[in-house]
Amino acid sequence: MHTSPGSDLTEAIAERVRAGGPLRLEGGGTRAFYGRPVQGEALSLAGHRGVVDYDPSELVITARCGTPVAEIEALLAGENQMLAFEPPVFGVAGTLGGAVATGMSGPRRPFVGPLRDYVLGARLMNPQGEVLRFGGTVFKNVAGFDAFRLMAGSLGCFGPILEVSLRVTPRPRVERALVFEMVGEAARTWVTGLMGRPLPLSGAFHDGARLHLRLSGGEAGVAATKAELGGEDEALETWDAIRHMTHPVFGAPVLWRVSLPPTGSAEGFATTAWDWAGGQRWLTADAVDPGVWERAAQLGGHATLFRGQAPNGEVFQPLAPGVFNLHRRVKAALDPAGIFNPSAMYGGL
Amino acid sequence: MLDQFDARLDADFPPVDPVRLIAALKPLLPPENLKTQAEALRPYETDGLAAYRSLPAVVALPETVEQVQAILRVCWELGAPVVARGAGTGLSGGALPYPGCVLLSLAKFSAILEIDALARTARVQPGVRNLAISEAVAHLGLFYAPDPSSQIACSIGGNVAENAGGVHCLKYGLTVHNLLKLEMVTLEGEVLHLGSDAYDAPGFDLMALMTGSEGLLGIVTEITVKLTPLPETTQVLLAAFDDVAVAAQAVAEIIAEGVIPAGLEMMDGPALRAAEDFALAGYPKNAAAILLCELDGAAPDVAEEIARVSALLSSCGATEVRLARDEDERKRFWAGRKGAFPAVGRIAPDYYCMDGTIPRRALPNVLTEITRLSEVHGLAVANVFHAGDGNLHPLILYDAAKEGDQDAAEALGGAILELCVSVGGTITGEHGVGREKINQMCVQFSGSEIDAFHALKAAFDPKGLLNPGKAIPTLARCAEFGGMHIHHGELPFAHLPRF
Ligand SMILES: Cc1cc2nc3c(=O)[nH]c(=O)nc-3n(C[C@H](O)[C@H](O)[C@@H](O)COP(=O)(O)OP(=O)(O)OC[C@H]3O[C@@H](n4cnc5c(N)ncnc54)[C@H](O)[C@@H]3O)c2cc1C
Ligand SMILES: Cc1cc2nc3c(=O)[nH]c(=O)nc-3n(C[C@H](O)[C@H](O)[C@H](O)COP(=O)(O)OP(=O)(O)OC[C@H]3O[C@@H](n4cnc5c(N)ncnc54)[C@H](O)[C@@H]3O)c2cc1C
Repeated sequence: MHTSPGSDLTEAIAERVRAGGPLRLEGGGTRAFYGRPVQGEALSLAGHRGVVDYDPSELVITARCGTPVAEIEALLAGENQMLAFEPPVFGVAGTLGGAVATGMSGPRRPFVGPLRDYVLGARLMNPQGEVLRFGGTVFKNVAGFDAFRLMAGSLGCFGPILEVSLRVTPRPRVERALVFEMVGEAARTWVTGLMGRPLPLSGAFHDGARLHLRLSGGEAGVAATKAELGGEDEALETWDAIRHMTHPVFGAPVLWRVSLPPTGSAEGFATTAWDWAGGQRWLTADAVDPGVWERAAQLGGHATLFRGQAPNGEVFQPLAPGVFNLHRRVKAALDPAGIFNPSAMYGGL
Repeated sequence: MLDQFDARLDADFPPVDPVRLIAALKPLLPPENLKTQAEALRPYETDGLAAYRSLPAVVALPETVEQVQAILRVCWELGAPVVARGAGTGLSGGALPYPGCVLLSLAKFSAILEIDALARTARVQPGVRNLAISEAVAHLGLFYAPDPSSQIACSIGGNVAENAGGVHCLKYGLTVHNLLKLEMVTLEGEVLHLGSDAYDAPGFDLMALMTGSEGLLGIVTEITVKLTPLPETTQVLLAAFDDVAVAAQAVAEIIAEGVIPAGLEMMDGPALRAAEDFALAGYPKNAAAILLCELDGAAPDVAEEIARVSALLSSCGATEVRLARDEDERKRFWAGRKGAFPAVGRIAPDYYCMDGTIPRRALPNVLTEITRLSEVHGLAVANVFHAGDGNLHPLILYDAAKEGDQDAAEALGGAILELCVSVGGTITGEHGVGREKINQMCVQFSGSEIDAFHALKAAFDPKGLLNPGKAIPTLARCAEFGGMHIHHGELPFAHLPRF
């Protein structure tokens, strides 16, 4: 398969890394709102781009970190393939490295798994400026610790992710969007029941007033499910708005993402909308209430301040002390001097 | 032979006085849960890789998490190596005792603690057998998808430690993709919870790091697994080929067509003939290779995919394409495949099962090269593999009673693994590195990468006492075995002594 050579900035990045830090790693800048602000000199990785290898019959694509996600998706679409985890893309500049480092997954997540499940391998730069390769391009690989999976959602805390190999999937032959007039909790109970059956579901989102379902699969299976479930047809574009968070429910000065056990209680949360069949809840507010973290933990989940500024500067759910201690040790293992994105995830990490 | 640990090349611990060790452990467990007599230790001297044997000082069989914590604290304080053991079915010597270690068996952690049908999860102890989970939830229309061929016997804790795979992995993922939450105990005796009952958890994905860590980072004491709805329909196709390379090409074509089978398995002539004689599965014995392609899902979709894949297989050069007529025949097709290993055991006194993964497109070339290597080393090879994900299991046939045969088998095995790496693959797809492939790790990874692995290990286990000498080689070992590449004529790790 023809692939674009792109530009290789490895040596330039290595020089910058060897010169020391702290460094603030930058991709396309589209997710700069996410995580804690980093005090450090900017190290731009957006120029390190290009698809290194793509063979549709292998179901794998390997690309440099600065490659725009939009470019990767267009290339895959040409072969009738896709990134099953549907990363949100916040504009054309969003890079593969930024997508992996933030680890966000779209509406298909409860049905096909998160971004992390699709990362097969990665090249990482260590503080000495050396390139380390973990994992590879094959699906089954259990040699060594799976450091590549650790990169998903690591917010760049382990250093520049230079290159990523992703498992891709065939596009479903048919997709259909349905909408139902149903209140949130009733809709969630209904969808939870449906998920216990082998149905071609690929999205379940509630916008506060109505339930949106998406079906993906073969012609016959989708048609039979649509006949059984009923509902009104709607445009598939609704799902782009959900995925890329351009839907009006996401517009508020403060936006919390609350991840809860999908069959458990959500009491105490007046959520605006939910996705992931109830597993991912969105909470909008005018001001940040730190009590959200506590309530999320009580319900067996966790909360992320997706947009807004907390008084203590934290963004993510506080970790149990033993787990936080291990986080510090793991961070120190790969970045002993703490030069990469210090405190991007938690203060002191 | 690799079964001998070498203090210079592996890990060097000041010897622990076994009398002192046993005295420290005795108050922690009922007497019947602590084995110290030589004959009681024997059954634990090897796992599924029986050529590797070594005796622990003591076998501890805790029943509670508190006991696990207390045992690990003793090991931590006395500096005693500790090796976890599930069901002992591992094929890479992962549960092989470090000489004089504490062998920590999780066999008594065998309870299914909770099944949540609505959430489609099960909370289980690590000693629960893989198949027991699916059996316990079948009446709910659910199953636990990862299905190693050893599923009747292997433990879910061992599956987590090895990130076990199986026939269903192509479609349903590996162990790591089917876990929600882990409880683990660190060597210092601290209980940690990783993952969550929600779809994700805050912080680094340490649960993913634990999965496949081969008992080097901590002891897993509880696991919450994801359950999957049983498919409405399952059907299997058998295709015969008179050329192995053509069969390999057909695999690529099926995937490129946009079909993800629930299982896509291949056997070459020697393997399928042995399997047929053993299981009477109805395989065409004169074929050079057969493919089994299982499709599952909603009935109308499966019918359509069967039609498409059948046509594709024929156009790819299959000499025969057969759809299993009924559930009986489907089971028979699979019985042949699942019985392939024991079947091969009947045509040779011994066999050595390898496990490497390659990109699918390299299949035809790798098969040709394996045939060549087999001639060079003078030993026959039967090939059975998870073709859909490029995971090969060449079975090297030999006779341990014959002078030099075992060494030749190991040499051929090593050559096959290096071949896998050279085409962009890996030295292990599902059986793990364990003790067996410790030297080949030096072929797949650079010194800096191995350094990073050691740093990660030290983050969890600063004293290096958990399963020493396994999975991650020391740099001294790599220097000794010459797997390291020399760049620009510079000798890597010049500061290390050479032997
Ligand atoms: C002229 C200008 C000046 C600016 N000045 C500042 C400033 O002073 N302070 C400030 O905070 N912001 C500043 N910004 C915003 C800046 O763009 C973001 O701070 C920066 O985070 C950019 O993108 P990003 O890394 O978030 O990219 P994204 O791709 O959105 O990255 C998201 C996250 O992933 C990490 N990441 C991205 N790629 C990789 C990779 N390959 N490997 C590992 N981790 C990765 C990032 O570190 C970040 O945590 C400025 C922007 C511009 C255009
Ligand atoms: C006939 C046969 C077929 C097989 N087929 C497959 C297959 O298709 N796919 C596959 O993946 N494997 C296969 N295997 C290999 C083996 O069954 C798997 O590796 C399995 O996961 C091992 O589980 P176990 O409980 O027997 O672990 P053990 O052999 O007891 O231990 C394996 C490793 O896990 C560690 N460990 C065990 N329990 C724990 C725990 N609770 N906490 C921390 N570490 C622990 C041990 O220290 C050791 O390193 C097969 C084996 C046989 C004999």
